[in-house]
Amino acid sequence: MDWTLFVTQLLNGVQLGVLLFLLASGLTLIFGIMDFVNLAHGSLYMVGAYLCASLTQWTGSFLLAVALALPLTALVGLVVEFVVIRRLYARNHLDHVLATFGLILCFDAAVQFLWGPAGMAIPLPAFLNGRVELLPGIVFPTFRLLIIAVGLLVALGLYLVVMRTRAGMLVRAGASNRTMVSALGVDIQTLFTLVFAAGAAMAGLAGMMIAPITEASIGMGNEIIIVAFVVIIIGGIGSIKGAFLAALLVGLIDTMGRSFLDTFLKLFFSDQNAETAAPALSAMLIYVLMATILAFRPQGLFPPKGR
Amino acid sequence: MAQALLSVENLFKSFGGVTATDHVDLDVTPGEIHAVIGPNGAGKTTLVAQLSGELPPDGGRVTFDGRTITSLPAHVRSRLGISRSFQITSLMLDMSARDNVALAVQARAGHSFRFWSDARSERRLAEPALAALEQVGLADRADETARAMSHGEHRLLEIAVALATKPRLLLLDEPMAGMGVEEAQRMIGFLADLKGKVSMLLIEHDMDAVFALADRITVLVNGRVIASGPPDRIRGDEAVRHAYLGDESVEPATGGG
Amino acid sequence: MAPFLPISPGRWPPRGWAMAIGLALLAILPAYVSLTGEAFYMDLASRLMILGMAAVSLNLILGHGGMISFGHAAYLGIGAYCVGIPAYYGIYDGFIQIPLAVACSALFALVTGAICLRTKGVYFIMITMAFTQMVFFAFVSLEEYGGDDGLVIDLRSQFAGPVDIEGATGLYYFIFAALLATLYLVHRITRSRFGMVIEGARGNERRMHAIGYDTYRYRLTCYVIAGAICGFAGALLGNFTNFISPEMMDWSASGELIFMVVLGGTGTLFGPVLGAAAFVLLEEWLSAITIYWRFIFGAMLILVVLFWRGGLNGLVDWIGRAAWRKRS
Repeated sequence: MDWTLFVTQLLNGVQLGVLLFLLASGLTLIFGIMDFVNLAHGSLYMVGAYLCASLTQWTGSFLLAVALALPLTALVGLVVEFVVIRRLYARNHLDHVLATFGLILCFDAAVQFLWGPAGMAIPLPAFLNGRVELLPGIVFPTFRLLIIAVGLLVALGLYLVVMRTRAGMLVRAGASNRTMVSALGVDIQTLFTLVFAAGAAMAGLAGMMIAPITEASIGMGNEIIIVAFVVIIIGGIGSIKGAFLAALLVGLIDTMGRSFLDTFLKLFFSDQNAETAAPALSAMLIYVLMATILAFRPQGLFPPKGR
Repeated sequence: MAQALLSVENLFKSFGGVTATDHVDLDVTPGEIHAVIGPNGAGKTTLVAQLSGELPPDGGRVTFDGRTITSLPAHVRSRLGISRSFQITSLMLDMSARDNVALAVQARAGHSFRFWSDARSERRLAEPALAALEQVGLADRADETARAMSHGEHRLLEIAVALATKPRLLLLDEPMAGMGVEEAQRMIGFLADLKGKVSMLLIEHDMDAVFALADRITVLVNGRVIASGPPDRIRGDEAVRHAYLGDESVEPATGGG
Repeated sequence: MAPFLPISPGRWPPRGWAMAIGLALLAILPAYVSLTGEAFYMDLASRLMILGMAAVSLNLILGHGGMISFGHAAYLGIGAYCVGIPAYYGIYDGFIQIPLAVACSALFALVTGAICLRTKGVYFIMITMAFTQMVFFAFVSLEEYGGDDGLVIDLRSQFAGPVDIEGATGLYYFIFAALLATLYLVHRITRSRFGMVIEGARGNERRMHAIGYDTYRYRLTCYVIAGAICGFAGALLGNFTNFISPEMMDWSASGELIFMVVLGGTGTLFGPVLGAAAFVLLEEWLSAITIYWRFIFGAMLILVVLFWRGGLNGLVDWIGRAAWRKRS
């Protein structure tokens, strides 16, 4: 057993998990509090990546670009919420799905218009481009470690905000009883707008973190958004804790699965069959995981409490 | 004494720390109207939900016609002969009154995995459906979309749908909710006509209706049965007056009633 | 047995006329094309009809059944690959391919539906989306059958006897016949006892339980039927394009199908076909104007959702009412 590969892939799995958490947490908050299905969340991920790419070009500094792109992405989220999203809170989920699907089309076209059809690479500063030796013989890219660190920090920050601050209390209260919160005199619309913008910022952050590795490209959010949905289904809609655990679980299973499934299959089947089937099966793994969990807990690991 | 059609023994249900149904014993004999009354929050709707199969009890037993049904789901109980009307109107609002009732008739008229013939032209469904509507006085509104009907008409349609499955036991959850005096009187008359043909468990707030119709009354307070028996006995029961009718002996602070 | 047209044309509602006119136009299009030589219109119409079939099948579960499936395009893909994969091995027999398409689609619908239908609301939407992605990735990973690049087929489905779909006109009428059959089948289903239960379950599932229906079984059956019909449409699509790729079942393709159903008017018979027509025509027209046509499309979708839920059939009704008022 190649331990170096195992640990590396484990870390990669955590890295993917952390990114998924950044996306899923916004998604689950928006659904939990506003009861809104936001398919366009992946578009904000894409917008964050592109904004960061352009800003890196203009300012020459990746870190500065991230610092600027975050509020900018939040602003984009704010505008979208103001123009489209808020008109739909009272509607049913089909309307949400269709309207945000329309938004995805708009975003993809707008990005193509502004940045052209080709993707944009984001060069990293030298000190982030290296590798770190974690344990004797196990090296891991510095940047990926940073992603894990940032992700865990955001998770912690989110936990503290939601559990310990007054704003967070409103968020939790709003999640279980919207009418009550507005009856208490809280401006529900402002709360919603802020939650949406915060979700947008987190999605954008995820995009900015992945883009130096995979480059910013049109439609990059469209595939990962489904995985984010799988995460919140598994975790339980509205639960940040669930999103965190499920994101790590999905990240690990997907990464480890892709790396080791063929090895695993070779224990039972011929080498050739294993090699043909492995890619297809590993692509399906997380969905099989989702189906299995749903079979036993149809509302996910941490189901929303009565509403 | 007649063998009870419905028998509820030691029924228990709690939500978190709140006990909604506190070891309730109750039975309905064939042909009787057994009313359940109690102040708001007494747990009447929770009780009905456990009897109809929508809510699983935490403890106790429910028996129907000798058969234990405690954990059977709603649709199976319906097929055994228990039918329910809902306190908050629960109809297929986009369908016509006729279609609503016809669906109930259809549930008892053979299976529904038929994909080819036009259901609306089936006499076997259309005739009983129309008859049920005539029974509640809605025949002339048969083709009206349920959504377009008035609240009083909704309550009547509720009953028609519940009756169309030819039940042996009707669970009526506040059938007169929100009805005006005249409409309520008509409903009382209607239910009185039904007495003897269908057994009924009647949840109601309207005291005129309860005392006019009930053969027996059970009083529920905070999920517990505090009294049960014929109307005259309940009317005179001290505990009931206190717990339920209680404040009426004191000067009513709220006007009207 | 109730006739298909229970009332005489003189008393048809405007929607009936819209359908009759639409179908008549489709029927005579090949004649028009042979006169003018503009084969392009026949291609457009073929695609329109196939998507129309798919949309009609989706409407069965979405419009009538209230099941918002964001994974219906999976069946287009499965059906298409059931033509493509046998063709890859030299099996071109339509009598094998088409039933295979229907059977595989039905099976996939049965297995995934059994899981999805235990959930409600937004869970259902997302799970159907997820299952479609699963199939999408599965096919992308199958390098043998082209993976991402897709699969080209040399010959269309072969049928013994007079049916020859190798030529454009032959295929066109085959698709037309399939569309008519689909419309008729769905018409009968929605008016049947089964259809009543499905409609009732959409309206008020709780009440349906209380009346004695185990709605899960009916919904699952409906889901399987819709999947099977869409699989047939997929097989036609594969034949039409002669090229099969996982893109056919990407989740945005599912979104487009929902758009067609909503645009045409949910819960109506011909509405989805009108929606498919509008979609295909708009796509053609807009993409000729600008490469950023998706933006206009997306904006239109948002506007339709915000302001115009009655769909095209709602428009047809409105025109009909206006015409009636003019007459009297």
